[in-house]
Amino acid sequence: MSASSGATRRAPWVLLAPFLALFLLTFLVPIGMALVSSFTKVTRGGLFGEAGVVAEFAGLDNYAQVVGDPNFVASIGRMFLFGIVQVPVMLILCTVLALLLESASAKWPGAFRAAYFLPYGVPGVIATILWSFLYVPGLSPLIDVAEVVGASPDFLGADTVLWSIANIVTWSYTGYNMLIVIAQLKSIPVELYEAAKVDGASPLRVATSIQLPLIRPALLLTAVFSIIGTLQLFAEAQVLQRVAPAIDSQYTPNLSAYTTAFAYNDYNVAAAQSVLIALVAFTLSIVFLTVTNRKSA
Amino acid sequence: MSPSRTTAEHATTTESIVTAGSSRRRGEGRAAARRSQTTGPDRSAGRSRASTIVVTGLLVVVALYFLVPVYWVVVAATKTTGDLFGTFGFWFAPTFALWDNLGQVLTYGDGVFVRWLGNSVLYAGVGALLATYFAAAGGYALAKYEFRGRNAVFGAILGGVLVPGTATALPLFLLFSQMGLANTYWSVLLPSLVSPFGLFLCRIYAQATVDTSLMEAARLDGAGELRIFHTLGLRILTPALVTVFLFQLVGIWNNYFLPLVMLSDVDKFPVTLGLNNWLSQTDRLPEFYQLTTGGVLLSIIPLVIAMVVLQRFWRGGLTEGSVK
Repeated sequence: MSASSGATRRAPWVLLAPFLALFLLTFLVPIGMALVSSFTKVTRGGLFGEAGVVAEFAGLDNYAQVVGDPNFVASIGRMFLFGIVQVPVMLILCTVLALLLESASAKWPGAFRAAYFLPYGVPGVIATILWSFLYVPGLSPLIDVAEVVGASPDFLGADTVLWSIANIVTWSYTGYNMLIVIAQLKSIPVELYEAAKVDGASPLRVATSIQLPLIRPALLLTAVFSIIGTLQLFAEAQVLQRVAPAIDSQYTPNLSAYTTAFAYNDYNVAAAQSVLIALVAFTLSIVFLTVTNRKSA
Repeated sequence: MSPSRTTAEHATTTESIVTAGSSRRRGEGRAAARRSQTTGPDRSAGRSRASTIVVTGLLVVVALYFLVPVYWVVVAATKTTGDLFGTFGFWFAPTFALWDNLGQVLTYGDGVFVRWLGNSVLYAGVGALLATYFAAAGGYALAKYEFRGRNAVFGAILGGVLVPGTATALPLFLLFSQMGLANTYWSVLLPSLVSPFGLFLCRIYAQATVDTSLMEAARLDGAGELRIFHTLGLRILTPALVTVFLFQLVGIWNNYFLPLVMLSDVDKFPVTLGLNNWLSQTDRLPEFYQLTTGGVLLSIIPLVIAMVVLQRFWRGGLTEGSVK
């Protein structure tokens, strides 16, 4: 008996071991390394670094340099603006689509659901390549169509390119978020709908009184993931850079960190940038969850 | 997000709807009677037909938005480079060059495109399969065993859900460089084997569905703990595992930042990185436009089919565990 209870005690650790080992290697150690190197300054001796490399504790110097970089701060501000517009638009769109598809009025819901979900299977880079063809003058049939009605849209201008990126992100993730909402809608007990039907509630009333409150957890989850995703924005901006001169090498925070690391080879400052991006994402998620939880209480 | 919380919300909402309903019922009944007097029985059917048309019309417009870029690339892949710029993008050109283009895509650079596709299948397939297995074992362990440090472990992993993948990619590159792993298949594969979100889903699902008394019965029959997990746990967890597998599969397939940071060898590129590599050469060599559009088309066909076929698996699983 005691042998088997020993095995029972060991079992969870055995089961957890592979996950924890990989989690340690690919999450905890890199995060620890990023933290350490963000507080480190590396100086090279001699004109070309031939006299060796000295690493010393730098305190908050790297962070001061990052926060003092107006381009980096501007990139964070840009992502705030982006998130404040794009995340609500996407969440409203996915909720409305989910409610419409789950309503009795929708025909062929399976086909529509598949069509909306399809972009999620298109990698962000490929989606950006696709849309960039639709943005570039000379290639874009959208611009050709717009010119027929007398408009000449510039999708890649300094003021518009951010929203062109927002469009790509919305295109990619709306269907995915919609499926999460639909999954939650399907979990609503049938009795609730029957009770509402007995009471003669209109479809709108059912949506606002039953469905919206009950899909709230799903919406909060998708909102948090969208906020984190917004601050991570990289591929879309990096790929569009080629056709949009308005996108500089510090357009998004991650692009900034990438440039610092691989164009300037300054890993310490890049580490500080990575840590700051993660911190901002983390803080925003916590603030968002706290605020929404308080509202519901 | 926790199952108990959702159940509680269900309960309170049910209650409020039921109580609100009983106080309203009398007035509603009278209103319904009045309605049927003035309009007759057919009106609700007519209204629902009208709303079907409106709703379906809306859904069609939205579907156009989601399908237009895909339609464009299908059209573009059938054109020659000259026609790509010279003819209207939403309609086919007189010369149908699809097979030429696709042949070029498959043979250019000794079939490097096929190699990229194979790499993507390897990274995503192997990565997602193992990641699902590890997440299932971990989630099951955290859900079904009481042990010291359980909350600390779960808290750390939950924190991992919120850490952006791109934040770990740079330090991971430095770490892998020191270990001599940078620019190897392992450098992309190893980080793909960890899915904190998958473990989170598996834990919720295991809490809700794996019956502790069933595990006890298996123990009395003399089954070891690992055997119980592999025969009992995995089978019960299957719906959640399909969801986790698909999430991870798409996540790895779509990943760009990690392979971009890790790989410098074109032969090890996944298809995302490879196509971007081709696109970057269009400035100098216009024929790369045809390679890129053809490659994009070929690379999204398997995904589109997979999305449509596997769609029903995405529906289940995700919140299923929190319902019961």
